[in-house]
Amino acid sequence: MTDILMPALSPTMEEGILAKWHVKVGDTVSAGDVIAEIETDKATMEVEAVDEGTIEAILIEAGTEGVKVNTPIARLAGEGGSAAPAPQKVAEPAKTEAPKAEVATVAAAPAPVSAPAVTSGARVAASPLARRLAEINKLDLKLLKGTGPHGRVIKRDIEEALKSGAGKAGSAPAAAASSEPRKAQSLEQLGIAPGSYDLVPLDGMRKVIARRLTDSFRDIPHFPLTIDIEIDNLLAARAKINTALESQGVKVSVNDIVIKAVALALKQVPEANASFTPEGIAMHHNADIAMAVAIDGGLITPIIRKAETKSLAQIARETKDLAGRARDRKLKPEEFQGGTFSVSNLGMFGIKQFASIINEPQGCILSVGAGEQRPVVKGGQLAVATVMTVTLTCDHRVVDGSIGAKYITALKDLLQDPIKMLA
Amino acid sequence: MSYDLVVIGSGPGGYEGAIRASQNGLKVAIVEREALGGICLNWGCIPAKALLKSAEVYDKLHHLEDYGLSASNPGYDFEKVIQRSRGVTKTMSGGVAYLMKKNKIDVIEGSAVLEPGKDAPKVVVTLKAGGIQTVEAKNVMLAVGARAREIPAIGAVSDGERIWTYRNALAPKSQPKSLIIIGSGAIGIEFASFYKALGTEVTVVEAMDRILPVEDHEVSAEALKAFKKRGINFRISAKVTKIEKPAKGVAVHVEVAGKSEILAAEGCIVAVGIVANTDGIGLEKLGVEMDRGHVKNDSHGKTNVKGLYAIGDCAGPPWLAHKASHEAVHAADYMAGRKLSNLNPPIPGCTYATPEVASVGITEQAAKEQKLDVKIGRFPFRANGRAVASSETLGFVKVIFEKKTGALLGAHMIGANVTEMVQGFCLAITMEATEEDLQGTVFPHPTMSEAILEASLDADGRVINT
Repeated sequence: MTDILMPALSPTMEEGILAKWHVKVGDTVSAGDVIAEIETDKATMEVEAVDEGTIEAILIEAGTEGVKVNTPIARLAGEGGSAAPAPQKVAEPAKTEAPKAEVATVAAAPAPVSAPAVTSGARVAASPLARRLAEINKLDLKLLKGTGPHGRVIKRDIEEALKSGAGKAGSAPAAAASSEPRKAQSLEQLGIAPGSYDLVPLDGMRKVIARRLTDSFRDIPHFPLTIDIEIDNLLAARAKINTALESQGVKVSVNDIVIKAVALALKQVPEANASFTPEGIAMHHNADIAMAVAIDGGLITPIIRKAETKSLAQIARETKDLAGRARDRKLKPEEFQGGTFSVSNLGMFGIKQFASIINEPQGCILSVGAGEQRPVVKGGQLAVATVMTVTLTCDHRVVDGSIGAKYITALKDLLQDPIKMLA
Repeated sequence: MSYDLVVIGSGPGGYEGAIRASQNGLKVAIVEREALGGICLNWGCIPAKALLKSAEVYDKLHHLEDYGLSASNPGYDFEKVIQRSRGVTKTMSGGVAYLMKKNKIDVIEGSAVLEPGKDAPKVVVTLKAGGIQTVEAKNVMLAVGARAREIPAIGAVSDGERIWTYRNALAPKSQPKSLIIIGSGAIGIEFASFYKALGTEVTVVEAMDRILPVEDHEVSAEALKAFKKRGINFRISAKVTKIEKPAKGVAVHVEVAGKSEILAAEGCIVAVGIVANTDGIGLEKLGVEMDRGHVKNDSHGKTNVKGLYAIGDCAGPPWLAHKASHEAVHAADYMAGRKLSNLNPPIPGCTYATPEVASVGITEQAAKEQKLDVKIGRFPFRANGRAVASSETLGFVKVIFEKKTGALLGAHMIGANVTEMVQGFCLAITMEATEEDLQGTVFPHPTMSEAILEASLDADGRVINT
């Protein structure tokens, strides 16, 4: 018998709303099944079963607010009855119930990657000729981005890789420095004793993250612009919207509203929806918003296409669906490749402010901090407002300071007064 | 009415591009000055294949003894053969009209001229029914095709009577007793094959040192042998200096190896290539960049003029219907912002004579010129069971792989049914197959396609059946 505990979405989270149960007493669940939805002011998160077994009791009803973290919310009867492990769960709540607490719908780290989500050991789709060429040239297919049908690695991708030096397997020669994480001195040389640590091998995703972000951070002249946004109106609007959408079973998160506002602001300041290419600045027609989603072993940026044309309910449904499938690594390449602007949100972890690394080839990335009550001065008077700090990292080759400022101001205007999004 | 796309020309490039654009949600119109389906359906691929089928069947009637069969007095009615061909084009063109309707594509009948416009050039159409209609669109696709090249300096100009282009040769009033065909590309050879089968005395004049000059050397040689055996005369490395029209017929002056010769016949067909239909449609005024008489485009069909695309024959060689279709469909996807795969498929080429010739990829000679290290496999149909059973033993399959990578670089075939077999190689190259993939594929037995497997094995010296 195992108690399922209320998970913590962030280290600072104390309580949350148990929004919905996906199971009822007597249901059999296996590891990975979604059993419930938890909600905080920023995120809606699915709770997955970690063990398999039968739901013996539901201890907290759906819709209950203020459920304290680590409160037992349900009881699971394990297959082998007493054989179910019951280690000191109270001390390690996240281990049993929420090993993926960071995988909240919109949870994110400041380093998104829109590159193939490669599971190590998974078969890489590649043409026979590409395989042969990779073998001859000692390239690791797992590190290459396929541009053939269904993301298949084809001859041209190998030729590109040979030109750029990407995908070198094993010994990264000096020439490949531009694509591989810098070869540092060994830890031993730096005075860390052998045997004093465990080495986790780099899987495909980790390598892609290392390569892409190294390239981006080193090669792109980037700068951050930070602004404070009061979101009391937004929170009030969200509450009303969610009441209205309740019958449809849709919950709009703050992040969903941010995504919509980001897209609408891009329509107002299209210069910020751009990519640098050697041939010229690509001005994108649509605001395809990539949202950074942390997943087991890395992160990925699924895309809300043409977000400027979508309703909040639509965006909410899509973010939920994409984040869920991102976590299961079931996204198709076209669902996480080719966004025009990224949003990364660490607010649910209580992060106040951060500056993300540019997600190539996008011109900008927005980093969203936590919404919190802060003292503000209004008309010479001290007042309290819910304030959220956001930072726009810009690729200076595409977005100059004044453009970035114009954009982030337009965004602030929409978020502070969300009714303007209707205009 | 404002459109997302106006296509000019409804040949196999234009009409397929229009359909794909419509599938992509674009509002599309297509302008055609003559008949839906363009040259391909009305005056090219399709009617020629109708004629060649008649010829092939008739030819078989003369070889019935090969199969233990006999018939007395096989005959033909030339007029009916031509009528059948025209009937086929009518059916096919009607099919295009249906497809336009089904895909909600507006058909505008008339001749188009381009003028400077906002998003893309404006299309001014002089309507067949009278009057002028100006059509504006976000994109314009030039799919205006090409026509037979004529050379006035030597008198190689169609008069519709004694000097023909392919158009005249497809629908003549009567069968000429003798014909001189200038040019031994696919068009020249197909007409030679057709008219010879029905008993016309045919002489083919080729300026290059071999017939079907774009094909692999070995295929050219085998084809020459086969056509000579069928009784077709050839003048190779022969330069036509003058075409005269004496009291009757034509007199074609040729120079072979420094010696002059006058060939006489009832008529001649000029099949010396094509010119793009790029004149008189306003391209100069728009400043459209050209390349040797063709509109210059990029890999997505875009020209240097905003909103203007060009595909197919008018945008350069190879002048083949399937190349036009591919380019048009690709451009229609590109302008709709669809994700395109990086495939760069090779364009196969077919000659539907008896015997048929088909190829895809590079020739052995081209591989040498590119200094590629290759391995080559061959397999003759005379060692193939199905071919022997069918008394179709002429010809072979030749396949070229890159030695180091095993990449399939080219395939060349001559013999019965090879135009239907070459698609296997097309798929293999497009999917980037290596010799191992072909060698490891199970081919159905007994079929002529087994020659593909055997030729692939032969490249590694592991052929089974020779």
